[in-house]
Formats: sequence, C-alpha cells, structure tokens
Amino acid sequence: MSAINVRAIQCSAEIISNKKIGAYHHMVFAVSDMAQNARPGNFVAISVGGEASALILRRAFAIYRSSDKGSAGGVIELVIAPHGAGSKWLAAREVHEKVDMVGPLGTSFGIPTEPARALLVGGGYGSAPLFGLAEILKARGCRVDMVLGASSAAKIYAPLEGKRSVSSLTLTTDDGSAGIHGLVSDALPQIIEENQSEIIYSCGPMAMLEAIQLVANKYELVHQASVEESMACGIGVCMTCVVPMRDPDGVVKMSRTCIDGPVMDGSTVVWGSKGIIPEGTWGA
Amino acid sequence: MFDFSTQLASSLLPNPIVTASGCAGSGKELAQFFPLQELGAIVTKSIMLNPRSGRATPRMAETPSGMLNSIGLQGPGIDHFLENDIPWLQSQDARIIVSIAGETVDDYGVLARRVRALSNVVGVEVNISCPNVENRGMVFSCHPDTARAAIENVRRNIGGDLPILAKLSPDVTDIVAIAREVMDAGADGLALINTVLGMVIDINTMKPKLAQKTGGLSGPAIRPIAVRAIYQVHAALPKAPIIGMGGVASGSDALELVLAGASAISVGTATFGNPTAVIKVRDELQELLIQRGFDNFSDAVGFAHRLGS
Repeated sequence: MSAINVRAIQCSAEIISNKKIGAYHHMVFAVSDMAQNARPGNFVAISVGGEASALILRRAFAIYRSSDKGSAGGVIELVIAPHGAGSKWLAAREVHEKVDMVGPLGTSFGIPTEPARALLVGGGYGSAPLFGLAEILKARGCRVDMVLGASSAAKIYAPLEGKRSVSSLTLTTDDGSAGIHGLVSDALPQIIEENQSEIIYSCGPMAMLEAIQLVANKYELVHQASVEESMACGIGVCMTCVVPMRDPDGVVKMSRTCIDGPVMDGSTVVWGSKGIIPEGTWGA
Repeated sequence: MFDFSTQLASSLLPNPIVTASGCAGSGKELAQFFPLQELGAIVTKSIMLNPRSGRATPRMAETPSGMLNSIGLQGPGIDHFLENDIPWLQSQDARIIVSIAGETVDDYGVLARRVRALSNVVGVEVNISCPNVENRGMVFSCHPDTARAAIENVRRNIGGDLPILAKLSPDVTDIVAIAREVMDAGADGLALINTVLGMVIDINTMKPKLAQKTGGLSGPAIRPIAVRAIYQVHAALPKAPIIGMGGVASGSDALELVLAGASAISVGTATFGNPTAVIKVRDELQELLIQRGFDNFSDAVGFAHRLGS
C-alpha cells in the first residue's frame, strides 16, 4: 500500500461549537473516526465557501486538540484566525452546519521516549497545536515551558485549559502590550538557560522559525518546527507548498510541507529560501 | 446496460475520466481516497530526462474560480520515475498515460523510447505546452514548426500503436492550425487544453504574487476557453480523439466538454479542492448521460455539433 496520507479520511464534519476568543475562533467539529488518528502537529484540510463558491482550494488548519471519546464521539478542535476569505467564511459558520474535511494530514511532533525538558514556542495562533502537544509531553513526565509571541496582546492564543499543562508560560509582544516587549527569539536564551531545555518545538511564521533555529544551533538543541507554507491541496498532489530540505543523504530537495511536514527537523530546512532555489538543490 | 467505455486511438478505457497531468502526484497520494483502477486512466506528472527542482516559491495564487501555478515541472527525472513510480502504478493495476516533457526536440525522442514498452501504459501524452518555462519561445506548441518537430520525433521513436496524445496550449492565435500540424506529424490524438498564462499582482507589496511573476491559470475560470478550443478542433478534425480538460469539477462540467467533442475528460485542479473529485465527476457524468437517454458514452462525443446550428 502507499505510504502517503495513510491515516487520512474525508468526512462531512458537523460544527458542534464555535466561540470567538480574542482575535480568534475556537471551533469544535464532530469527525467520528478521524479523531483517533490525529496527533499534535497534524492538520486538516477544509473545503470553504459552499457549493457555488469561487474559492476552489481547500484551507489547511493545524489541529488544536482532538479526542476520540465523549458525548459527540470523535472531535477535532481548531483555532481559526479569520483574516482571509476562506477562514472568514469558516469562522462565520453556525453550530450544526457541516463542512467537508480531510484529515488527519501531515507529520506530527515527535515525542521523546524518555522524559525531557521541552520548550514550546508559538507565534500568534501558531500556539494552537502546541497545547495538545503540551498535554502529551506532561503526561509522559516532561517539563514543559512555553513561550508565545504575537504582534499584540489580543493576538496571543493562550486559553486557560491549555495553560494547565505547562510548567511556565512567557509572553512576548511586538508592541509591548503584554509580556516582554520584543520577539520570541529574543526571550529564548534566558529561558533555555534557566530551564535547561533539551528540545524545542515550534509553530508559527517562517521568519520566527528561522530565528528559533539560530538559537537552537547555538545551544545545540533539537528543533522540531511546524512550518507554514501556503498550500493548494494539502494532500501532496499540487507541489505548491514546498521548502528546500536536506534529505538523510544530505541532498537538498524541494519538499512538500503537507507530506514531509508540516513538522520538520529544523536543522534540515534551508531557511530564508522564499523566492529562491538554493544553489545545489537537486534538479536545479 | 449503459456503455461508459471510450476509445482513445488504439486504447480502450472502461470509462472516460482520467486525471490531469501534474494534478495526481505519483498516484500514491490519491490511492488512500479511492483505488486508482477506478479511473479510466491516471495521467502522470510530465516527466523529464533529469531531476528538476521546479521554481521558487511562492508558486501559487488563488484567483476567482481558479488558481495560478508556477511549479515549473518539478520532478525526479525519468530514471527514478521508471524505477519507482511506474512499478507502483503497475502494482495497483492502474491504466497509465505517461506524460513526457522535453527541453529539446531530442529529449522527446529519448523519453518516448524509454516509456514505449511498459505494461499498463495506454498512451503517451506529449506535453509541448507547459507555460512555466524560462523562455516562452520554448513552448513548443506555440509554433507550428516546433510542435511538429517534437511530435515527429516521438512518432519516430515510439513505433507500434501506443497512442501519442499531443497536449496543446490555448495561448495561440489559431489552435486548429497547431492541432492539424501535430496530427499530421503523427499524433494519434490531442489533449486540450493546458493552462492559460496569467499573472496576479499583490496590491500590498505592489509586486507580482508569484516568485517567477507568471503562472498557468486553471480551474473553472478557464472552462469556456476549453469548451471553445475543443469545439473548434473537433469541428475541423472530427476523427482526432481529444482528451478534454479545463476547470472540470462536476459531471455537468465534463458533459459540456464531451458535447464539444472530447472523448475523455481530465480532472485536474478540482482534485486540489477535493481528493475524490475524479470519482464524483465520473459518477455524475454517467448519471447525466443516462438521464439524457444515451445508451453509450461515444454517442455523446461531439453531440453539440450535430444539432445543425
């Protein structure tokens, strides 16, 4: 059998909750069997706009949390930032409406086999998949420190239930409206040194992930980054969402972030490659 | 019993719905959603002699009822393709139309020879119309003489009766003239249409959205262009089988292309929005044909030409 998308199914998912939280919408979908295979870092792809829509591409959303038990059966929770036509349409859906969903897709965060001291770093709504990850790490006996950054306080997503799983939470904002005035990457060295962090998990904009990789290099830490590239299909057929990535043989290839990602070993990504094909890339 | 089969030159397909080149990955990506055997055939991405990185990102921009792409033929090259992708597709019992793309006329001949004798291969699509090449002068299908040279070289190298399907660009003044030229050069059929060259400018950055500025427009936005091109070519060359494509997302979209003259239908961009679009199109098209009283698919091909209008 094929080794791609093997856990993915397509289903009609009923919205069972849609709440506005700060700048974001927290939405819960009844997805039956899709939930049992969802891991932190995976994403779903949702068709938007309805039958007569001019929006023809699926939208990819990182899974915030998933559960395969409970009164609604399997559920998947998403945090939506309504800033494009597709995400605005989705955030405006009412409870009991249904959407066409494909998932779970992509790679997930690797969980250490032994308890480790983990540092989770999120930018904006990129914090969403980190809370599900924090719960799992905590349950495995890991120390979990979290740093969340955004342009302003309203754009930090840190719900109360999420905070329970973390040992410490540091906020940074570009405008100083909450926490440390500055970028997440500026805050990292001190946190890493204080907590003796051993592994970094991150999710957010590419520039932030690149800055985190520089810090990870300095402290020689493993960095699992959930990258963000715009996708057209989410299932590996369109070749749109590629980033240059060094494969195990050391060859740089344009790799699909929907299949080889979104969670990638940060040390294998050739960062800062938007708009260029790095020299030496296979087939360049 | 409705007969859904279709004849593409010497190849008989159990149904007329196929994927579009570059829209079905290696096949493995879609196999989780339906058995590939269910398709009339899977059309592979256009394969080149050497590995190719494709173009820099951003490579995609969504547009009203469509999208621009500038992938630039990213692919592993023919050796890797023959070692990995083809055996896997054969193991799935899929019928395969191999799409080939060359940088030179010679490349087309070499590629044709490499793929001519593979089991399960029911046709070779000769992509002479990819818009995402550095030199627009290199779009073979934009000039009658280069279109002819590429197809002649494939014909010389393929021998036998494996159907050669020439994929043409709509970005020409007279697509019928190009179609005549490639049929005359030895093609057995045509694939109409490739994407339409387009551009999007981001009004915030005030620069083109795609890294390489231009891209190929696909999706429902280009369907009327496809219908027109297929209609014109079928009127002029009624015996040339046509694989029609361009914005097909439903059975009624497919029927439109069939009535214009398509003997098979490729579903491309719709797969990006729905992994099972190909199967949906197939089932809806069959239902629509039965509702209209057709006993077999072939009777509907080019039906719009028969109304005496």
